[in-house]
Amino acid sequence: MKLAKKKKKQGGSYSSSSMSDIVFMLLFFFMVTTTMRDEEIMVKIKLPEATEIAKLERKDLTCYINVGAPIDALQSKLGTDTRMQLNDKFSTINDIRDFVAAKREQLSEADRVQLTIAFRMDEETRMGMVTDVKQELRRCQALKINYLANQPSN
Amino acid sequence: MAKRSTPELNAGSMADIAFLLLSFFLLTTTMEQNIGMPRRLPPMIEQQEKEKIEINKRNILQVHVNSYDRLLVDGKPMESVLLKDVVKTFITNPNNEDSKPEKEKKEVKGLGVVEVSKGVVSLQTDRGTSYKIYMAVQNEIMKAYTELREEFSNSRFGNTFNKLTEDQQEAVRGYYPLNISEAEPRDATKSGSKGGGTTKRRR
Repeated sequence: MKLAKKKKKQGGSYSSSSMSDIVFMLLFFFMVTTTMRDEEIMVKIKLPEATEIAKLERKDLTCYINVGAPIDALQSKLGTDTRMQLNDKFSTINDIRDFVAAKREQLSEADRVQLTIAFRMDEETRMGMVTDVKQELRRCQALKINYLANQPSN
Repeated sequence: MAKRSTPELNAGSMADIAFLLLSFFLLTTTMEQNIGMPRRLPPMIEQQEKEKIEINKRNILQVHVNSYDRLLVDGKPMESVLLKDVVKTFITNPNNEDSKPEKEKKEVKGLGVVEVSKGVVSLQTDRGTSYKIYMAVQNEIMKAYTELREEFSNSRFGNTFNKLTEDQQEAVRGYYPLNISEAEPRDATKSGSKGGGTTKRRR
């Protein structure tokens, strides 16, 4: 009898069972909002700076063309020349056609005209390369493009 | 010996810690966001119908960036920061000079018949020009157009461009249409090979 009374006085530890609910809720939030980068970028890219820019509207209608020098780990094998990466592999101008066609295939009829090609290119890229890409895109009728850029920080 | 009960850990403060961490991450994480300059490429013109569209010389502002990333505007060297004002006076032609572009009476939806400048900014690069300077120049040209549109929206509709309705924005775009023509780059090694003038427009 004496013992039982003493135990009650120790103060109730409050139930932490709802904590798991909260943590799970937050976890789900992050799981839903985080987009995994589906491709590993193998080229070094420092985007140019621009102020007259807009947000890219629909990510699912965008495909990326990455251009830059290979990352340090690959430079011993590939050198420092500017390379183009489509999806997960290094490609040439001639691969753009298949790349665009494959992306178009995934989209519904209505979305196809909305397909945007985003240029993720290093600022040291030469315009010759950029123009070659643009010419090829014109040949593929993929006319909506977007030059990705960074907002200057100041 | 009596069974000793293990002392219960007070888990109450754990929630606080978890929340602290979560709010820290919530504030510091930025979702990967892609921002960029949207453009529309001109469709490929078939070889046989590739006629040069004659544009009066006064209606063209020649912007050439050479492979040393130097800027030439109408044949004269210029710093890229000054380009914005040059483009602005080129498009508006405030004194109706003969050397600046003509204005054309045109029906713009929502504005009626107005005088629209026929000016085209022609941007030419060499194959060796860097992407960085190209974007900087594009940005300057774009800035000129944005400022002009902003000024016009303020004087006409009394509001900033972003706050206008869709139709009003369309009208402002019609008043100052973005005319940037990009010639194919010249190869510095081949002299005299000039690319055909391909026009690139976005509303």
